[in-house]
Amino acid sequence: MSNGSGRTDIVFWSGNEIVAEAAIAAGCRFYAGYPITPSSEIAHVMAERLPEVGGTFIQMEDEIASMGAIIGASLTGKKTMTATSGPGFSLKMENIGYAYMAEVPCVVVNVMRGGPSTGLPTALAQADVMQTRWGTHGDHPTIALTPAYHREIYFSTIKAFNYAEKYRIPVMLLLDEVIGHMSEGMKVPDPSEYEIFNRIKPSVPPEKYFPYDSSFGDVPPMASYFEGFRFHVTGLNHTKTGFPTTDPDICQREEERMIRKVMKDAEALADLEEYQLDDAEIAVFSFGSTARGARVAVDEARKQGIKAGLLRAITLWPFPDRQVHELASRVKAFVVPEVNLGQMILEVERTAHRDMPIVGVNRVGGVPIPPYEILSKIKEVARNGR
Amino acid sequence: MAVDYLHYLRADKLPHMWCPGCGIGIVVKSMIGAIDALGWDKNETAVVSGIGCTSRAPGYMDMNTLHTTHGRALTFATGVKMAAPDKHVIVIAGDGDSSAIGGNHFIHACRRNIDITMIIVNNNIYGMTGGQFSPTTPYGAKAATTPHGNIDPAFDLGQLAIGAGATYVARGSVDNGRMLQKYLKDGMAHHGFSVIEALSNCHTQFGRRNKMSDPVVMVEWIANKVVTKAKAEKMPPEELEGKIITGELHRNDERPEYTDEYSQLIQRVQKKAGVHQ
Repeated sequence: MSNGSGRTDIVFWSGNEIVAEAAIAAGCRFYAGYPITPSSEIAHVMAERLPEVGGTFIQMEDEIASMGAIIGASLTGKKTMTATSGPGFSLKMENIGYAYMAEVPCVVVNVMRGGPSTGLPTALAQADVMQTRWGTHGDHPTIALTPAYHREIYFSTIKAFNYAEKYRIPVMLLLDEVIGHMSEGMKVPDPSEYEIFNRIKPSVPPEKYFPYDSSFGDVPPMASYFEGFRFHVTGLNHTKTGFPTTDPDICQREEERMIRKVMKDAEALADLEEYQLDDAEIAVFSFGSTARGARVAVDEARKQGIKAGLLRAITLWPFPDRQVHELASRVKAFVVPEVNLGQMILEVERTAHRDMPIVGVNRVGGVPIPPYEILSKIKEVARNGR
Repeated sequence: MAVDYLHYLRADKLPHMWCPGCGIGIVVKSMIGAIDALGWDKNETAVVSGIGCTSRAPGYMDMNTLHTTHGRALTFATGVKMAAPDKHVIVIAGDGDSSAIGGNHFIHACRRNIDITMIIVNNNIYGMTGGQFSPTTPYGAKAATTPHGNIDPAFDLGQLAIGAGATYVARGSVDNGRMLQKYLKDGMAHHGFSVIEALSNCHTQFGRRNKMSDPVVMVEWIANKVVTKAKAEKMPPEELEGKIITGELHRNDERPEYTDEYSQLIQRVQKKAGVHQ
């Protein structure tokens, strides 16, 4: 199998370009998007490359439309993706909720920029992390990946498609402006380095098929349109048949299943880098581009005799509850740098569930958090215990 | 030749949820008649809708059916059609769904000329949400949100579609199901974006507030308002005042269809890539 680009040599690609190439390698054959900084390069590469592999690129009239189009295309059996940034992510929320409710696989890339509103269109932020978790109305599970290094972006993109197909949900690939725009030298992964998962198709004839039949498991097999199954898809609460219901028991059972199908695999979905944590007294929790600076700060703290370590989330959602909780029992304090005014720190506090110093390092001006600011907070906490 | 309607319907989902006397049933009947006349295979056909009374129609149709979010049916349908260009895709939408919240998607689907048939059931009101005025509510009419009379000018959906680039545009009305069926059939057979507006009655939400709570009275109101295009051409302008013209309003068989254009693009790109290898 080709990795799409057919290249296995060293390339010098931006994070956005890697997402596009990795998506094609993952089997993505349908992309719909709308121009928005800082994610546009993903659309540029998809427009160039998809026709080469017989796939479809369409620039829609707006963000809402591109989200609708990838859901429609996914129902025909295609692997589909859209990419956007802050304001566009806000606009996509309604149809993202539809994909959760109707259980339609797709991948949504959000290259985070400053906000709220138009904010800082060309500059870094990590302030959409809670929107990623809770942005659409109603209860739903969330899988969001926050890779920080270039080969990791490639693998995370492939994983995003695999998770979408495996769990029948929209999966969020959450880059930030620095990760999206920074170019790094990288050896293009060979297909032998990753696995591809394709959605489970029904094993029963059409007359016995129900699109949400949980007797096959919490993730029911998914037929495609035009294969003789003639099933119904709606954003209304529905029974296993796909037709609307307002029966409280069925609504409760089905919504619980839709969350359980992901959350029961939380351990398998957790993807964390533990750096210098074995004997650490101060743990830095970070993700995305900020984690790269945090790593530098940890090294520097060690040089100065402070036992610091880094827990880096590559899967940000589901949040690694157990791992953070266990770490909290071993360390004296947490430092949580993030390019927002304190969002993921709330999750660290929730899961640590201890009376201990948990302090943030926060910037929202569009620039990365310099390692010395993280270092200075580590030193402060080491000195004062807060 | 009788149409076997039940062949195209999910009989176990009946009776439908529409009010007795609702015009949507006539539109669905005409739609099935058109599909049957064209010999479309229900396995090869997708029916897509948004939100509203009209948008419940796909649930009753034994096809590949997609009930989406408010105003967004065309966006999902565009995804379906681009991913499966050789299949039939029909969108059925109400006036608010298609021209207010979905107005942007509507004009851009017209502009692309993608081979989707869009049926707009225009009953001049938001029925399901309780009778609020829509972009096609007549000037002066009463609605839940125009208790003092509507001051909003109404869209002419046919002219909107023509202006935006749709290549088949027709208007029928539920008082004449046979005529409506002919336009639906021609629109479905047309290779390009086709818009068929079906003037319909919501006696429950529109009629009740405008002295037409009886469905028969309201359908008669529609019947008295419509004039066929052929007849209108011979009528003096003063007699046409307040009338709505029905018929095939526009047709262009020359403009390239969007999925054809994209498949040619793929061929060009792949040929070029082949030359480079």
